[in-house]
Amino acid sequence: MSETPEHAGPTGPDAQVPDPLDASSVAAAVDAALADIAAAADLDGLKAVRITHSGEKSPLSLANRGIGALPKEQKSAAGKNIGPARGRINQALAARVVELEAERDARILVDEAVDVTAAPRRRRTGARHPLSTLQERVSDVFVGMGWEIAEGPELESEWFNFDALNFKPDHPAREMQDTFFVEPPEAHLVLRTHTSPVQVRSMLERELPIYVLCPGKVFRTDELDATHTPVFHQFEGLAIDKGLTMADLVGTLEHFTQQLFGDGAKVRLRPNYFPFTEPSAELDIWHPGAKGGPRWIEWGGCGMVNPNVLRATGIDPDVYSGFAFGMGIERALMFRNEVGDMRDMIEGDVRFSEHFGMEI
Amino acid sequence: MRIPLSWLREYAAVPADATAEDVMAELVKVGLEEEDVHRPTDELTGPIVVGQVLSLVKEPQSNGKTINWCEVRVVPEGAEQTLTGDGIDPSGLQGIVCGAHNFVEGDKVVVTLPGAVLPGDFRISPRKTYGHVSAGMIASVRELGIGDDHDGILVLSTLGLDPEIGTDALDLLGLYDEAAEINVTPDRGYCFSIRGVAREYAHATRTTFTDPAAAVVVPPAAGGGYPVRLEDSAPVYGKAGCDRFVARTVRGVDTSRPTPPWMSARLRLAGIRSISLVVDISNYVMLELGQPLHFYDLDRLSGDIVVRRALPGEKLRTLDDKERTLDPGDLLITDSSGPLGIAGVMGGASTEVSDGTSAVLIESAHFDDVSIGRSRRRHRLPSEASKRFERGVDRQIADIAAQRAVELLLELAGGTVDDAVTDVGQAPEARVIELAADFPARLIGREFTDEQITGTLTDLGATVEKTDGGYRVTAPSWRTDLETREDLTEEIIRLVGYDTIPSTLPVAPPGRGLTRVQQQRRRLLNALAAAGLTEVLSYPFVGEQANAVFGTPHEGDAAPSVKLANPLSAELGYLRRSILPGLVELAKRNHSRGFRDLALFESGAVFLPGTSMGTESIPPLGIKPDDAVLDGLYSGIPDQPQTIAALFTGHELVPSAGVTPRAWDWADAVDVVHLMAQVTGVDVVVRKGSHQAFHPGRTAEFSLRSGEVLGYAGELHPKLIATQDLPVRTVAFEINADLLFEAAADVIVARPLSTYPAATQDVALVVDADVVAGDVLEALNEGAGELLEDVSLFDVYTGQGIPEGRKSLAFALRFRAADRTLTAEEASAARDSAVMVAAERFGAVQR
Repeated sequence: MSETPEHAGPTGPDAQVPDPLDASSVAAAVDAALADIAAAADLDGLKAVRITHSGEKSPLSLANRGIGALPKEQKSAAGKNIGPARGRINQALAARVVELEAERDARILVDEAVDVTAAPRRRRTGARHPLSTLQERVSDVFVGMGWEIAEGPELESEWFNFDALNFKPDHPAREMQDTFFVEPPEAHLVLRTHTSPVQVRSMLERELPIYVLCPGKVFRTDELDATHTPVFHQFEGLAIDKGLTMADLVGTLEHFTQQLFGDGAKVRLRPNYFPFTEPSAELDIWHPGAKGGPRWIEWGGCGMVNPNVLRATGIDPDVYSGFAFGMGIERALMFRNEVGDMRDMIEGDVRFSEHFGMEI
Repeated sequence: MRIPLSWLREYAAVPADATAEDVMAELVKVGLEEEDVHRPTDELTGPIVVGQVLSLVKEPQSNGKTINWCEVRVVPEGAEQTLTGDGIDPSGLQGIVCGAHNFVEGDKVVVTLPGAVLPGDFRISPRKTYGHVSAGMIASVRELGIGDDHDGILVLSTLGLDPEIGTDALDLLGLYDEAAEINVTPDRGYCFSIRGVAREYAHATRTTFTDPAAAVVVPPAAGGGYPVRLEDSAPVYGKAGCDRFVARTVRGVDTSRPTPPWMSARLRLAGIRSISLVVDISNYVMLELGQPLHFYDLDRLSGDIVVRRALPGEKLRTLDDKERTLDPGDLLITDSSGPLGIAGVMGGASTEVSDGTSAVLIESAHFDDVSIGRSRRRHRLPSEASKRFERGVDRQIADIAAQRAVELLLELAGGTVDDAVTDVGQAPEARVIELAADFPARLIGREFTDEQITGTLTDLGATVEKTDGGYRVTAPSWRTDLETREDLTEEIIRLVGYDTIPSTLPVAPPGRGLTRVQQQRRRLLNALAAAGLTEVLSYPFVGEQANAVFGTPHEGDAAPSVKLANPLSAELGYLRRSILPGLVELAKRNHSRGFRDLALFESGAVFLPGTSMGTESIPPLGIKPDDAVLDGLYSGIPDQPQTIAALFTGHELVPSAGVTPRAWDWADAVDVVHLMAQVTGVDVVVRKGSHQAFHPGRTAEFSLRSGEVLGYAGELHPKLIATQDLPVRTVAFEINADLLFEAAADVIVARPLSTYPAATQDVALVVDADVVAGDVLEALNEGAGELLEDVSLFDVYTGQGIPEGRKSLAFALRFRAADRTLTAEEASAARDSAVMVAAERFGAVQR
């Protein structure tokens, strides 16, 4: 700042040098200084005031210098007049500096204020797909129960997808699955219609007892519409141990559904048919938070592992028993997170994933 | 399967006021899931009554039509009209204009009176037309929703009916009945009959069941019936295609008689169109008892009936009027003229019952499920008969069903039955299953009383014999699905109630948590999302061309694709070798919805078939294959590596106040792959790459230290961008995640942090313009020795002072020692040896 402090003028270099022995003139100089200090509007102004009243050519400095020329016996009295007077001015200067600095700092903060509501988005926000995060969340519940997560190929041998699971070669149940077959047919390869082939692989490859969850992508020849998609996600559970019962199946499903749908969730089994389980059941869950009020929702299938499946994997059905279940992730996302249309999940519209972020 | 309630009530105690919904609510308890309700009165409401046409005056109109002005009596003579309302004449006589001409004075007809509603929300009210007030309508079968015929109105005498005037026509035509439609699982073929469902209803409600089969008295077999021979030369799985064939002859039937309304109403509710009395009877018996029947015109048969497999090249014109070439696996009904029909699937046209038929031969046979299923699939001929045979028909019902058909024919079509009966072959023995007393409890986890076990099994129709420690159970002949102790246990708990199963939580042994790869995958995908990419999931179906371009780096490489035998669309007939075609499609969909600034990623399998594709044979079920067979199955599965790909279009951000978004460029794709390597802790090598889907000058190839290629990153080929209608400078990457995860160290060993000061040295190296920076950096890295802590490229310069065809690359090298402060001489020596390697390899000259 180059402007001249307005109070520098009246007590400028022309000001009279007080007589060191005249207390009242010294006091007048002090008063003039204090008045200027108080009147200094900013730090630059104060700097000028400091030069005027405390600088080498200030009246009191000059008066102080004049003490040397005084007779010896007057020096002490003069010193007692001048010293404290200069001290007061310096103190006042210091105090004013603190004040003005605080004012300046405060002003800067005000000047620097921004419109926080207009902050630009500088980081791109990404997202996981809710089908992935829900699959992970489901997996975590089972991992917490001591289960492990098993995975396998999507393009599978028919044996793993059907025969090992007790689907007879010519039984209508095999057609219920609406299978995608690949060329040549003699290769006996299919896109897996469920994640059950991973159960078969688990039984062949793992040590007993087995407690595994098999999540993954599965395929059926359904045209895409609001409730069907040819590619979807499932998780299937398999437990093989000595003495497992259907009551254990019920308890496991109950515990799991309560983790995903809250303490009020319940399960209900209804008789059904699957080649790979006997007895077999349809699984309904009581969803306490369902849109439109609590209700039963059909979610999947389950049952006690058919002894033929155990035999196909070399497990003795007289020693071991087991249960299995399978549910759809898409369906869960529909009724748990209120997705109204299946197509929203698979069309890749970025709004769908981004709404969920990394959560589910 | 649709169950008309009136029919069900004949054999089960269905309350009089029960609706189809009530019935379904009971049936679902025993495993028959509800599908739909069929209730004619949802669309059709009265007053609709029988009327008699008293007078009919033909009135030609100016438009060329002739209408009939009719006076119709709708209450009996002498009785009072009890209905009131606009257009209802208290006299009981209605004046009605009718355009049809197939009736005369005196005919009894169906009158829809004012206030009635017909299907299609057609409301009847008096209306002025052709100079009269027409107060009602004389209805056709189509208007009533009970047939297709619209040639004229329904004259009740054609149905053999002469009801009293004023009779409720809905009741007369069986239209107050309703049907419950249920889903029958493939193991329970017996539920494709009213008989089977009535039994299940009785189970569900714990009420009594009256077996319709028990009401049929089969006369003692007398020989001399139509000659039939069973000659199956190629049984499937050792089972004869036909194990029993019953034939009965009825002569002198009158095929001109109408099907009585009660029968056609039930058939219609069950979803089967009424065709003719004789055909309707065969369908009716099939629905009632579950035994498919076939009726032949006896006079069109020649010689013995032989049930045999087809001969090569044999042909048959089936009832749907299609000529079919038969397969030697097809089981046929033949006579001396050749094939008459594909057994249990569809009959032939040549011996079809028709208007002129007077003698009928009834076929009631038991066919093998597998054989029927194969023929049905082979000829794509799903029929009511094949549906039942494939799921199992009662092994002991053939003669009963034939007798029931005989009785209905005699009753409704007249004629006489031959005493002689054909009954050849023998149904297989009933299956006997041993059930240990404690087995159901061990499997279900709750106790069962002896009464619960024997009671439920007896209710099912099984014979239960107590043995030492258990039960010997003879399965009923219609329960072809009951084979094992588990099957019996399911039946016990099904009838006792699944809701009685207790809940216990088994404790798994200590688990190992997510596998290393599962954890790596989660972290990597989360890192990509955190870096601003959006995860999507595309379908793995692509066209051949997409695989040819994206699925292999170089055009013409041997890159086989997996071809679908039954794709949803021919254009997407292959499994992807690359995720990028799917991402391109999803990007375009987002563009069309107004979102052009995208960073999409997907993680999923790609399908890379190698030399081995599957296995020629499949081991049988129920037995563990030996190791060699299992190895074959495993190794036949094509390689399906987990792959991660991303596609970037437009800008990094959307424009906003204070932000001018940057367009994505090739370096973003490369940078994100570096990020992936960083997140997984894998040391990757990047070099100039070449991939046909990418810009030849803007492609990075990523590989592991071992040399294995991880994938590519960079700008898509401008030509591809143009043909795909993508924004210019669209960039992408695709990386084999399996390789990345494998390469990651299981344990990352910490590096000691030296706190001694660093010595920094910059070098500017002049190299040929086509030398890539990464290679020079690599050379410096190798040449600098242990003291080098970091080296990075900080400037690329061409122009003044640099010769044409050369460029200057400036690198910052940071040196540090673990145990001392480096001297300037040490740092310079290390720099010089680094530069020397670069000079040797690339002729780099220090500026």
